[in-house]
This record gives sequence, C-alpha cells and structure tokens, in this order.
Amino acid sequence: MLESFFEYEFLQNTFYTGLLIGLIAPLLGTFIVVRRLSLIADALSHVTLAGIAFGLLIEKKFAIGITPFYTGMAFSVIGSVFVEQLRRVYKAYQELAIPIILSGGVGLSVIFISLANGFNTDLYNYLFGSVSAVSRSDLWMIIAISIIVLTTLFLFYKELFMLSFDEEHAVVSGIHAKRIHFIFIVLTALVIAASIRIVGVLLVSALMTLPVAAAIRIAKGFKQTILFSIIFGETSVIIGLISGYYFEIPPGGTIVVTSIIILLLSISIKKIWFILSRKKAIQ
Amino acid sequence: MTQKIVSMKQVNYAYENKHALKNINFEVPKGSFMGLVGPNGGGKTTLIKLILGILKSHQGSIDLFGTPIDKFKDWNKIGFVSQKANSFNRGFPATVNEVVSMGLTAKVGYFKLFTKEHKQKIAHAVEQVGMSEYLHENIGDLSGGQQQRIFIARSLVSDPELLILDEPTVGVDTENVQKFYDLLHSLNEKKNITLLLITHDTGTMTHHATDIVCLNKTLHFHGNPLEFSNLSEKDLSQFYGHPLNVVTHNH
Repeated sequence: MLESFFEYEFLQNTFYTGLLIGLIAPLLGTFIVVRRLSLIADALSHVTLAGIAFGLLIEKKFAIGITPFYTGMAFSVIGSVFVEQLRRVYKAYQELAIPIILSGGVGLSVIFISLANGFNTDLYNYLFGSVSAVSRSDLWMIIAISIIVLTTLFLFYKELFMLSFDEEHAVVSGIHAKRIHFIFIVLTALVIAASIRIVGVLLVSALMTLPVAAAIRIAKGFKQTILFSIIFGETSVIIGLISGYYFEIPPGGTIVVTSIIILLLSISIKKIWFILSRKKAIQ
Repeated sequence: MTQKIVSMKQVNYAYENKHALKNINFEVPKGSFMGLVGPNGGGKTTLIKLILGILKSHQGSIDLFGTPIDKFKDWNKIGFVSQKANSFNRGFPATVNEVVSMGLTAKVGYFKLFTKEHKQKIAHAVEQVGMSEYLHENIGDLSGGQQQRIFIARSLVSDPELLILDEPTVGVDTENVQKFYDLLHSLNEKKNITLLLITHDTGTMTHHATDIVCLNKTLHFHGNPLEFSNLSEKDLSQFYGHPLNVVTHNH
C-alpha cells in the first residue's frame, strides 16, 4: 500500500480526504446526535444525490464541465435551508422535515437519472463511495470546507453547545438561535457534500452518527464525547480505506462496518465496566 | 424606599383569543422572596415570560430595575430556572462543569473563550449549591434534586440580582424539596438575591417567603405569608375557582 500510495496521486487524494472527513464528520455529528437530528444527515445526503444526478445530466447532455461534486454541494446547501424552514413551519413535528426532504431528494434524483437515460459506474461510486474518485481539485475544495467547518465550530462552540442542551434557556439568555441553527445546518450540508466522494450517499450519515453513538456510551462530558467520536471516526476511515483498497470494495461499506465493530466494542466495554463496578459497590 | 426590581402597571396579555392576564399591577421589591401561586392556567408562567421578555405585553408597562423593558439591556442581572429544566435529555453527554458554564455563555459573548476567571466562577457557583464533588460527573447520572441544584448554579454563575424559578421542585422528593428551599433561603438572605418563585408548595412557601402573590388572570392577593395563611378557605376556593385541597396540602 505504502508504495502505491506514493506512486498514485489519486490514493493520496483519497487518503487525505479520508483523514479530513474522519475529523469533521464526527465532530459535527456530535452536535447532530445530541440535538436528535441524526436523520437530517440522511435527508441531506439524498438531496445531494439529486444534485449529483443533476450535474451528471448536465455533463452528459450539454457537455458543460461543472463537476457533479459542486452541483451536489449546491443542492445540499439549498436542501438544508428548506429543512430549517420546514422545521419552523412544523414546530411540533420537527422530524417531518426529514421524510419531506429525503423523498424530495430521491424523487428529483430519479427524474434526473432517467432524463439522462441512466448512467454508469460514476453513479455507483457516488452511492457507495470510491477510493479513486477524488481529484486534486476536489481535495482542495474539501480542505477549504474543513477549514470553514473547523473555524465556525470553534467560534460558535459555546453557543451551539448551549442551544443543543437547552434551547429555551439559550434564547432567554439572548443567544440568536435562528442564525446559529442556520449556520449549523449549512455546515452539515457542506460536510455531507465533502464526505460523499468517499463514503457515498447511502452511508454518509453513518460516518456522522456511528462514531458518536460509540463515544456517547463511554465518554464523560461533551468535549470528551467529541474527542472520542473523532478518534473512532478516524480509525474507521483509515481501516476502511485500506481494506477497501485491498479487497476492491467501495470504502463506504468497509468504513461503516468498521464503525459498527467499534460501536459494538464500546457497548460491550461499557457493560463489562458497569457489571464490575456494581460488583465492587456491593462488596 | 427600597428599589423595585420588577414593576408592572396595568399589564394585559392575551393569547390568540384567551385573555390570560388582566390589569396586573405588581411589584417585586429588592431583597424579597416572592412566591407566585395560583391554579394551572392562571397565567403564572405567562407573567414570568413577560418579565423575561419572551412575550410582549399588549397593554401596560413593565419596568425592570427601573428601566422600561424595551430599553432594558442587563439581562445578565436576571437568572431563570425553567419548568422544563428538569425535562432535559438525560442522555446528553455534559458534565456538571459544562452545564454550569452555559450560564456564562451569553455574558462572555460571541467569539470569546472562557478565561480562568470564568472557570473559577463556575466552580464557585457549583460550590454554592453544595455540588462541588460532582463537578466532572455527567449531569444525567445525578438525581432529580441534584440536577435542580445544578440548574440553580447555572443561573447563579452570572451573578444575577433576580432569580426567577418556574416550579423548580416538580419531580423532586419531599426531603430534597426542604433542602432546596433552605438553599433558596440562604441565597436570599446571604447573597441578597431577589427571588421570584412559581410554586405549588404553598405549605413550604409560607415558611420561607417574604411575599405571596396569588394569580388567577388577575391579582387576587398580595401580602406576607401570615396574611396568606389567614385567608379563609372560602376566599381561597373562590380564587382557585373550585374547593381547594391543593393549598391545605402541607409538606
């Protein structure tokens, strides 16, 4: 692997992208999970698929070189704005935004795909991820997204944390909830767009939620949860990419399976620890 | 004359088609420990939301610390522990330290980090409510009464002069309710924090409060606990709109 890594630029692109999304997806994912929005990522990834299909259609029909990566990102961001609007309209049924946006995304994708008379391996790569799909210019874009996400989260960390924990209290104290929600959902859309090349549309939400699900079992406090999520996310991405490359499996699959193994380990460790400490307490 | 922390004159408020508060004239003097009692739907929470600026009154004026509420900027002077505080997501991974730090978030302001001084304040607020040994525990691992103390600490950390609590003892067992009131009492006496408390614990309230206010759309009674205890059962049932067993229910 190491040799081919230095030999092939696409492997370097993939690996660096992997490391970046292994950092930003679980980081943002921690906020998503504690705000009980785990499925939002799924909804947005399907909207991203519609954007990608749109990009592929344009490429095929008009031979205009906007890469599907950018159309996907644009759709994802627009979709995120809709999610926020819908959540405001259906205050008491906020999760309704998810099926609406998700089915809208799939519906549009189907239309674009059939308009283009179906397409090939490219679409398959977008669905399940690929080790060879990241170009150098994609990588630059993903680096830019990562910088934006990291800086924004750093700047708004305490406000976002407060909003996630107790929105009413945050609003009473004078935090601008609407604006911060908006920033947050746009960040989510960007991270999804960045992750899709590697893990694919169908599995991108897993990278945002599974490491967090594992971390939440064993961490004390919010910062520690973030830290563990990132460690688990990076571990899954690295193991997933290497095994995906060797066995010629789309890395989406191997990354998710690795995350699930980590999740099961963390649940078992917590259980064992719980039983041991209870024994100790009884003695 | 003592300073008026809150002063409401001829305040009216209506939800869509329901007149919730009628002609409320009401003052909270500095240093008082005021219990706000009344039947459900009597407008207690609405009154507090008006004071906190969450709702805007349709008529009348509200002054906070002598300033009209529209011009009032020092929201840090007011701490609030909501009814919903103890219905938070118990699985939320946050330590006591992190929860209490949220009380400073707005005060510190956007784009700024917590300093060492802020961290000391957080530790001090946790100490005030007697929970120092739990500083690094997850909030979800604490009991209901302990969590409630943490939420008080979260309000105390920004050094409020007025602390508003909306039914803070719901879901707390009797013994801890007593301890909780002792804590409020000491905050009121030693720290000179003015307290405004919505509660159904009228029995316990009469031992601690300096003022009791009964609200059922209009202000039915405002006086000290002694006067409140002397209200006849007839007065009370008239005020609650039905014969009363809530008030006579003593802890």
